[in-house]
Amino acid sequence: MKWYGGKRRIVLPLISLAVILLLWELTTRYSGWSTQVFPSPSKVMRGMGELIANGTLLRHSIASLFRVTAGFYLAIIFAIPLGILLGRIETFKLMLNPVIQFLRPISPLAWIPLAVLWFGIGDKPAVFLIFLACFFPLVVATAIAAHAINPIFFQVAANFKFNRWEIITKIIIPAIIPNVLTALRLTVGIGWLVVVAAEMLAVRSGLGYLILDSRNALRMDYVMVGMMMIGLIGIALDDLMRRLAYLHPSLRRAY
Amino acid sequence: MGHILIQDVCKSYRNRRRSQHGPRDPYQPGEMMRILDHINLEFLEGEMVCLLGPSGCGKSTLLRIIAGFDKPVSGEVTIDGKKVDGPSSNHIFVFQHCGLLPWMTVWQNVELGVRNVKDIRTRQEKIHENIDMVDLTNFEQHYPYQLSGGMQRRAELARALAADPDVLIMDEPFSGLDFLSHMNIREEIVNMHELLRKTTLVVTHDIDDALLMGDRVVVLGGKPTQVKFNRQLDFPHPRDPKKNVVLGDLRDELFLMLGVSYAV
Repeated sequence: MKWYGGKRRIVLPLISLAVILLLWELTTRYSGWSTQVFPSPSKVMRGMGELIANGTLLRHSIASLFRVTAGFYLAIIFAIPLGILLGRIETFKLMLNPVIQFLRPISPLAWIPLAVLWFGIGDKPAVFLIFLACFFPLVVATAIAAHAINPIFFQVAANFKFNRWEIITKIIIPAIIPNVLTALRLTVGIGWLVVVAAEMLAVRSGLGYLILDSRNALRMDYVMVGMMMIGLIGIALDDLMRRLAYLHPSLRRAY
Repeated sequence: MGHILIQDVCKSYRNRRRSQHGPRDPYQPGEMMRILDHINLEFLEGEMVCLLGPSGCGKSTLLRIIAGFDKPVSGEVTIDGKKVDGPSSNHIFVFQHCGLLPWMTVWQNVELGVRNVKDIRTRQEKIHENIDMVDLTNFEQHYPYQLSGGMQRRAELARALAADPDVLIMDEPFSGLDFLSHMNIREEIVNMHELLRKTTLVVTHDIDDALLMGDRVVVLGGKPTQVKFNRQLDFPHPRDPKKNVVLGDLRDELFLMLGVSYAV
């Protein structure tokens, strides 16, 4: 049997999905755990059906996506200009790099108490935590990309008498775009990872809240629905970010 | 236009080695090492000058000083009586490896050369003219990564020529090219030079390139580097050192001067 690209791409992942579902079903049947503790795939699917039907799942997904998007965009707005400054200006690097490297290893979760105190309840502390989680990797990746720009490009700019603004818009920004796109793809994953923890704070919506609330109600099937939704949206976000790198032919370059 | 006078140019770098490199190392760690030692040269208007020398002798450094990317410790370079004090579109550098901006198409890259032309119509004409001259017609919308190495060099040449500089500076324009592309680009540069008569400086380590292309051949060498040889070559193109006895003898002389013998 011949395997052609298109078919293979669909069939092979479906096979592994089927195997996992089968193993899951078998485990729930023969492990001795009750379906209350370890719900079977069919029970979870039924739960998903219910949550889709009454609109809860959509509402929570949108709430989570909104928070991730807000935190992610905030991180982009602050991290990319700062990363360029750090990567290109020695003084900036010497002044700010120690601070950034000091704050970077502190898990966003450690900020939860302060975030709640500062921003109260609602979306704000959650967005702040996602912002923190996305900010540091993005700053570091942008700074490295900006630092590594081939010096020849700046000499070309000098030869053709680029002014400062043109050096930023026509040399630095296009030169770092491919690396920044890769960083964005990784970063949005990190933001999505943190949203659940962020939503276990004082909010009443979002997939994290759905999981927490379902646990309190002892509905493990809903907990699993929440987990599955996070995974599905995670795949979609990653695919979206990957496609960004193919938007324009100039991005498909190697240098 | 394009008369270059290099007067008493010296250049030093700091020795970054931690310890002395054997008993014969003349430089102490941290000491300034003299790279270029009182270089005096004069290049005439429209001359094709080939600079030869062993690697690390400071050929590229001298070129960078002429281009304004680097400053000499003492002495000065003047082009048409004006002191060089920074990069300018009047003396354009063509890079050793590709200097095209990879996020711009061939057209956009060549457009950099005519940035100063105000009129859009003239600008477009000039871009077309230069792209046609280097045989890249129909590749205007290609990105550099979509071109072969030889085509990239030609596109960069078109960009430099579009700026209509008085001096063209090329740092090893053939490095990294395959044999046939090397010969093609060499012919292209000679033809371009015959046509436009721009003062052209070419750094190379290939003696044959220098003999085939140069109106003047300069050899740099020694420690610190001085001018070891400077001669005008008054031979018509096309040249062939295998058939011309004088060129052939000069070739042997240059090989010896660079410390290698051609005949093995």
